[in-house]
Amino acid sequence: MDLKELYRDVILDHNRQPRNFGPLVPSDAHAEGHNPLCGDRLTVWLRMSGDRIEDIRFEGKGCAISTASASLMTEAVKGKDKATVMALYGTIHALLTRQDAVPDASLGKLAALSGVREFPARVKCASLCWHTLGAALERSADPVTTE
Amino acid sequence: MSAIAPLPTPSIAYDAERVRRDFPILERLVNGRPLVYLDSAASGQRPLPVLRAVEHYETHCHANVHRGVHALSQAATEAFEGARERVRRFINAGSSREIVFVRGTTEAINLVAQSFGRARLGRGDEILITALEHHANIVPWQMLCEQTGSTLKVAPIDRRGELELDRLLELLSPRTRLVAVAHVSNALGTVLPVKRIADAAHAVGAVVLIDGAQAIPHSRVDVRELGCDFYAFSGHKLYGPTGIGVLYAREELLAAMPPWQGGGDMIRTVSFEKTTYNDLPWKFEAGTPNISGAVGLAAAMDYIESLGVEAIAAHEQRLLKLASAEVTRIGGVEIIGTAAHKASVLSFTMQGCHPHDLGTILDAEGVAIRTGHHCAMPVMTFFDIPATARASFGCYNTEEDVEALIAALGKAREVFG
Repeated sequence: MDLKELYRDVILDHNRQPRNFGPLVPSDAHAEGHNPLCGDRLTVWLRMSGDRIEDIRFEGKGCAISTASASLMTEAVKGKDKATVMALYGTIHALLTRQDAVPDASLGKLAALSGVREFPARVKCASLCWHTLGAALERSADPVTTE
Repeated sequence: MSAIAPLPTPSIAYDAERVRRDFPILERLVNGRPLVYLDSAASGQRPLPVLRAVEHYETHCHANVHRGVHALSQAATEAFEGARERVRRFINAGSSREIVFVRGTTEAINLVAQSFGRARLGRGDEILITALEHHANIVPWQMLCEQTGSTLKVAPIDRRGELELDRLLELLSPRTRLVAVAHVSNALGTVLPVKRIADAAHAVGAVVLIDGAQAIPHSRVDVRELGCDFYAFSGHKLYGPTGIGVLYAREELLAAMPPWQGGGDMIRTVSFEKTTYNDLPWKFEAGTPNISGAVGLAAAMDYIESLGVEAIAAHEQRLLKLASAEVTRIGGVEIIGTAAHKASVLSFTMQGCHPHDLGTILDAEGVAIRTGHHCAMPVMTFFDIPATARASFGCYNTEEDVEALIAALGKAREVFG
């Protein structure tokens, strides 16, 4: 068990200075994520341009893994369309849970999360923001939702 | 008259190193490091006498209890009822009819809520708890309030984690039917003045339940001296097995309470027209009980008394004092729960490092602590924190364990700057 694999410099940096942190006004959709086991909470706001995430911000209280993962996620998905984001979600999920998953170059800084899979108790910390983003995207697609 | 106060006598008699040898699990490595177990408030480890008593029972004595005339059924019944008598002596109850075996503290409280509470409480009645309760001493009462139309009242705590006793006393009224309080807070370590509370509650005609889960491993509990009506605790926090716990209830109350669960063992006669119930305490023990658990719990009580509860408590207090002083030397560490009278629980936060990150870093060093809300979310809300890290001490912990905790926290401080 190597702590340096978990707490890489990128993770510590994004924990200390989370990017895209704070509410997004105006927004088209938002969702709240909660991990009742550890009390982590976060909110993800989206502004869409058609099928594309034009802007994204988040806010929350959580551990370093949860905060850094959310911060890295906002950087990674901004400007991308829904299908690309959902595919990325699948890649990240595999990276977090499968021992044989090899981070490919397309992941960029998100590859720093690969150390999490050695710490099964912490996988949920890293995936909370992605679940929350998924929920926000679903709402943005729902024509009756008015924010 | 000397101006210098005498130094407290060190507990020379208490040999934690010898105690450790009774706990085989403490010999194992975790992540390549010797295990430093500082999570006894969540669950204590088991000493050899408990492991052996359970094994002996399972190997030589097991059958169902209170049934059949064969030798094993009688041996099992003797072991189970012997354990009940052992529990009675441990808490100084007046009669073994007042000792109901349950799964744990949670089940004991639910039993009281559903059997006593549902029959006796109605609209306009009040249940009084405190702001530092474990969820197990909150949720059963909320459920009861929904069922009966009663109201839940909560006595506040202050920033040190002390119960505001005056406020609790003000909340007592003739409408108060039941007062349910922790003996010791699991999240903060605060010891509550339960005898004082019981006396005041009785003065307004309320009955008193004490959640003793965190108190029983650290203090001599005498239910008659406390004057409580119900006392609930779990075996596994007392170095016994999981899945066994005790509800002590005054006989007069138990006799008047309707059964909680129906089934075998709790009946005297069954016909389709009318069923009659068994005597106390079996009226409240439907189904085959956790027999080996009760045997293990009795062995745990023997073991604790062989060490001396007071001697254990004094030892733990020394460790708590040492750890409290050392932990605050680390930058950004704040102790949550600084009551004057505490049991061996040290809850804290470290600025810039979330409790879960602390827990992971300490685990890599072989140090096991609890992190999270400790099933006391209202306490976390009160202190405006999502979670704490909690180190808790048991009979087998040593000063070396405290040193290992402090060193590991230093490491966390390094990682998080």
